[in-house]
Amino acid sequence: MPGITREEVAHLARLARLELKGEELDHFAGQLDDIIGAVARVSEVADQDVPPTSHPLPLTNVMRADEVRPSLTPAQALSGAPAQEQQRFKVPQILGED
Amino acid sequence: MTSELLSYEDALASYDPVMGLEVHVELGTRTKMFCGCSTELGAEPNSQTCPTCLGLPGSLPVVNAIGVESAVKIGLALNCEIAEWCRFARKNYFYPDMPKNFQTSQYDEPIAFNGYLDVQLEDGEIFRVEIERAHMEEDTGKSTHVGGATGRIHGASHSLLDYNRAGIPLIEIVTKPIEGAGERAPEVAKAYVAELREVIKALNVSEARMDKGQMRCDVNLSLRPHGVEKFGTRSETKNVNSLRSVERAARFEIQRHAAVLSSGGTIVQETRHFHEDDGSTTSGRIKDNAEDYRYFPEPDLVPVAPARAWVEELRSGLPEMPRVRRNRLREEWGVSEHDMQSMLNAGAVDPIVATIEAGADAAGARKWWMGELARNANEQGVALDELPVTPAQVARVVALVSEGSLNDKLARQVIEGVLAGEGDPDAVVEKRGLKVVSDEGALGSAVDEAIASNAAIADKIRGGKVAAVGALVGAVMKTTRGQADAARVKELILERLGVEG
Repeated sequence: MPGITREEVAHLARLARLELKGEELDHFAGQLDDIIGAVARVSEVADQDVPPTSHPLPLTNVMRADEVRPSLTPAQALSGAPAQEQQRFKVPQILGED
Repeated sequence: MTSELLSYEDALASYDPVMGLEVHVELGTRTKMFCGCSTELGAEPNSQTCPTCLGLPGSLPVVNAIGVESAVKIGLALNCEIAEWCRFARKNYFYPDMPKNFQTSQYDEPIAFNGYLDVQLEDGEIFRVEIERAHMEEDTGKSTHVGGATGRIHGASHSLLDYNRAGIPLIEIVTKPIEGAGERAPEVAKAYVAELREVIKALNVSEARMDKGQMRCDVNLSLRPHGVEKFGTRSETKNVNSLRSVERAARFEIQRHAAVLSSGGTIVQETRHFHEDDGSTTSGRIKDNAEDYRYFPEPDLVPVAPARAWVEELRSGLPEMPRVRRNRLREEWGVSEHDMQSMLNAGAVDPIVATIEAGADAAGARKWWMGELARNANEQGVALDELPVTPAQVARVVALVSEGSLNDKLARQVIEGVLAGEGDPDAVVEKRGLKVVSDEGALGSAVDEAIASNAAIADKIRGGKVAAVGALVGAVMKTTRGQADAARVKELILERLGVEG
């Protein structure tokens, strides 16, 4: 039985670093459950003879030659960084994870 | 915090170790796995990034053909099956080393799977390590932690990220559980990583320099009481980055696990950090449900489907495997397993082969690479093949010695000169005036002088103590600054003193 519980939404929100209030969890859990239920109907239509697909195009082996192309300059690369130091992206303290 | 350890012997008496080794190899491609940014080492921070490897909106990855080819070659060399069709997957996690918030990897469809690598232990025994899978992924950026002690993440106030490395192709090679190695488990672990490194180098897909982070190993280890089938809880020691450390980490974890288990405790499944200084490991993070990577097929990349004909073409182009090659060379050179192992450990096998190809005899080539040059490399803390001397130059030194123009002492000086950048061996000989003096005229006066100033010794020799001639030869070598042909000097002295040699 497809679907999603309020607890699962809370778990995913935490993994995605989204802070959701109690009523938001209720709200999104309901919405997401509807969406998952709607998508699940595809499985009812697609029988064993229809392979699962992860890509809309029937392509394989799209590759490029191992040739260097110009990169951004460090200034361009860092232009969107909220903070920088020593030509590097500066990020806040990383707690308890390493 | 130091861990309680049980003695290694006691640990093995009660428990059977099971290991899993995960090795990451950074490929030597010119560009990253999914974009055309250069992979050249030593570039300025953040000078090799683009919208794709920075994960900017609207950018699209495209797979590096050489990355896939290298992965297939590695898979074939490890006797794996090659997937007929496989996909990339997103491994989702929030950590600043990946600007995309996911690492592009492979999940349940690795490009290579179900193989093995036979490794030879020091005593010649062959141990088969089964390979679970080898899959393609990308490296992360480099973090510098600021504000804490000695650059550690703990206590750091903030961190700085350089994304030049983010996106460099990695192949992760995972073994099946390694069982049955018993007390030799640490040795098997080391031999496996060493052999894998040789295979990678032979395939020419990476330099696989562990000291440069091009090859990194995670050691997973658990113990189970003898006779018990079920595996114990494992610890995962991350980033063990030298062959010696792989062995030490496995050994330490065996002793630590045994101490915990034998005192009635339980092992916590956790990441552990290895410390080079004392060979210990300490607790990192405990694996909890935060590690929920929510893998899903990468929608921006199409599947990789290596054509069978292409796979067979790559298979037929594989080089001779290192273990086979080593055994062949060992027989050709007529050396022992132990000597061969020493040459392998010193990184001397390839330089010796190249020197022989440049015309030297095997014994001469071995002698200089394993002697003077190995010592020099060791002193400078560089690999043998990084010394500023070519196999052709070493071959020339060997030739000069065998034709009698140089003795070993002079040859060492020639090598020293070559390493100091004074030019080719012949140029060094010329500049430093290093030629064996063997003509009668020049030697004669030195011999006469030595006899005259060591009359007592000369008398002893005349009286039959031929062994004393060494002292006179030494005197001549001293006055000629080591350039005399010692054998000829001995003959001349004995001749002058009227003694049979």
